[in-house]
Amino acid sequence: MAASESGASTTPLLEVRNLVRHFPIERGAVLRRVTGQVRAVDDVSFSLGRGETLGIVGESGCGKSTLARLLLRLDQPTSGKVLLEGRDVHAMRGAELTEFRRCVQMVMQDPYTSLNPRMTVGDILREPFEIHPEALPKRARADRVRELLDLVGLNPEYINRYPHQFSGGQRQRIGIARALALDPRIVVCDEPVSALDVSIQAQVINLLDKLQARLGLSYIFIAHDLSVVRHISDRVAVMYLGRIVETGSVEDIYDHPAHPYTQALLSAAPVPDPLQRDASRMIRLEGDVPSPANPPSGCRFRTRCWKAQPLCAAEEPQLLPHREDAASQLSACHFA
Amino acid sequence: MTHLLELRDLHVDFHTRDGVARVLNGVSFHVDAGETLALLGESGSGKSVTAQAIMGILDTPPAAVRAGQILYEGRDLLTLPEDGRRALRGAGIAMVFQDALSALNPVFTVGWQIAEALRVRQGLTRSAARQRAVELMERVKIPGAQSRVHDYPHQFSGGMRQRVMIAMALALNPKVLIADEPTTALDVTVQAQIMDLLMELKAQLGMALILITHDLGVVASVADRIAVMYAGRIVEEAGVYDLYRQPAHPYTRALLESIPRPRGDGQALKAIKGLPPNLLRVPPGCPFHPRCPVELPVCREVLPPPVSLVPQRYSACHRAQEVLDGRV
Repeated sequence: MAASESGASTTPLLEVRNLVRHFPIERGAVLRRVTGQVRAVDDVSFSLGRGETLGIVGESGCGKSTLARLLLRLDQPTSGKVLLEGRDVHAMRGAELTEFRRCVQMVMQDPYTSLNPRMTVGDILREPFEIHPEALPKRARADRVRELLDLVGLNPEYINRYPHQFSGGQRQRIGIARALALDPRIVVCDEPVSALDVSIQAQVINLLDKLQARLGLSYIFIAHDLSVVRHISDRVAVMYLGRIVETGSVEDIYDHPAHPYTQALLSAAPVPDPLQRDASRMIRLEGDVPSPANPPSGCRFRTRCWKAQPLCAAEEPQLLPHREDAASQLSACHFA
Repeated sequence: MTHLLELRDLHVDFHTRDGVARVLNGVSFHVDAGETLALLGESGSGKSVTAQAIMGILDTPPAAVRAGQILYEGRDLLTLPEDGRRALRGAGIAMVFQDALSALNPVFTVGWQIAEALRVRQGLTRSAARQRAVELMERVKIPGAQSRVHDYPHQFSGGMRQRVMIAMALALNPKVLIADEPTTALDVTVQAQIMDLLMELKAQLGMALILITHDLGVVASVADRIAVMYAGRIVEEAGVYDLYRQPAHPYTRALLESIPRPRGDGQALKAIKGLPPNLLRVPPGCPFHPRCPVELPVCREVLPPPVSLVPQRYSACHRAQEVLDGRV
């Protein structure tokens, strides 16, 4: 770890600069023509430090999952860059790209569809080494698979079982073991606990916490459950219609939300305490999220915002610091 | 006193290829007009089967009601002929389903579907039924109801579709509304809108609301009373404030401790060890004992009956009083 920390002051582990991904909307069966753009990710920038967890929250359609796909280079951006220790991920070729693939891994949302039902747990955990044979010599792999199962709290004797013989929480542990097989430095978790029951969620969250401490991992943690994100993250970015509307430390975002959307999101989340019933009924947003194919002019949130003024329609607010004592908290609102 | 709806010792089995799954094992509760009862539990605890049994929409076979009574205004629904049950479905007890997109028929307009019950059951003409559908859509606050009555389900957003479901359920003025995970598929800000709407309608119409959910946050913000289900049993029943302040069953307490708190301090969460039981092989004694942190030898052998600790509070645990007092 010491070697990587020497460079920490200069370049962040992962940096995203002005990332844009537009999907064309096409019409016509024979003569296809582009009639519009879905702006799934629209000018997003952030960075991720070593050993840090960045939580990304937002409602469906805000671009969280497209962002994850871009970070993993499963999709090419329309413009903008993803930099891993200063190197452009989307320009990588050959050996450099192979190394990137080992370095950045993913835990998926649905443990029922993300494991191949016809492969045993052993097959699933060996597969990364077949794709990256240089990672580990063949004779060491069986031991590594057992070690991985042990690491995520599964009995190594289960190696010959199939996914259907496991519960949802156990399957998610298999998914985590698979992501860790190649010793990644960054793990992108896309809604890793939302398909699990409450009593099982805590087991998986604790496991992710423990693994981070033990292996020095950095997480991008995408979720819609605000209290889970608060628990696991160091910093949080709130997305709305393809943009980050507010970002800051967990304390900044949860204790002093400056952007009206963040305030509304926090206020809408049901609090598991009946004594806070009235306090939690402060802000109610009207309507639904507008279509990302045709976002409102100026500030994208203005159609649902109670603070909206003519200025909000005319001019798009930039991500800027608004509180003097919290320079790291940035909000994209004219009235923050 | 006769309750509006009362379940007494309801048992439901599912006959599967692998054996008989005991899905409900003696569920009893009641609900009265104007009240919100939350059925709280994880997947497989029997919440939805309870709702389907009340509505009389269980698939039989494989399901079979083994024992028990479902009393609606004092009449046992399980002994009513199908005609009698049908007359109550929608008019006495109505249900809002979880997934509005699959619960609505994609080839009929929403207006037609909302009005269907009015045409079939009340014999309204098409135009009168459509007019009433518009009123119902206005009642659930769908903007532009007059023109949207001719739209199809796919033209609505998730939140609006759930409003359509609620409008359908309200068509025949039910006295009991069962909402099965009504907001689970929705985004947080839309979830809040739908819960507000349900609570407002409940108050306006004086209905009893049975809210089925796994979300401890939703329950805390709307319920009057809570029945916590585990392995087909109600393990604890209490008023919402009492239950969150002082749970009287180790499962309830463990659930409350396992969720991240808004004011969490980053400490490791207290997870519940193990898994919910397989209903084909429910362990003997208390079904929670393999996962229970305060288990005694007796818990492995004797099923604890629900005991009343203080008025209006029940817990099915051998150590209920100790758990309630915080002594274990």
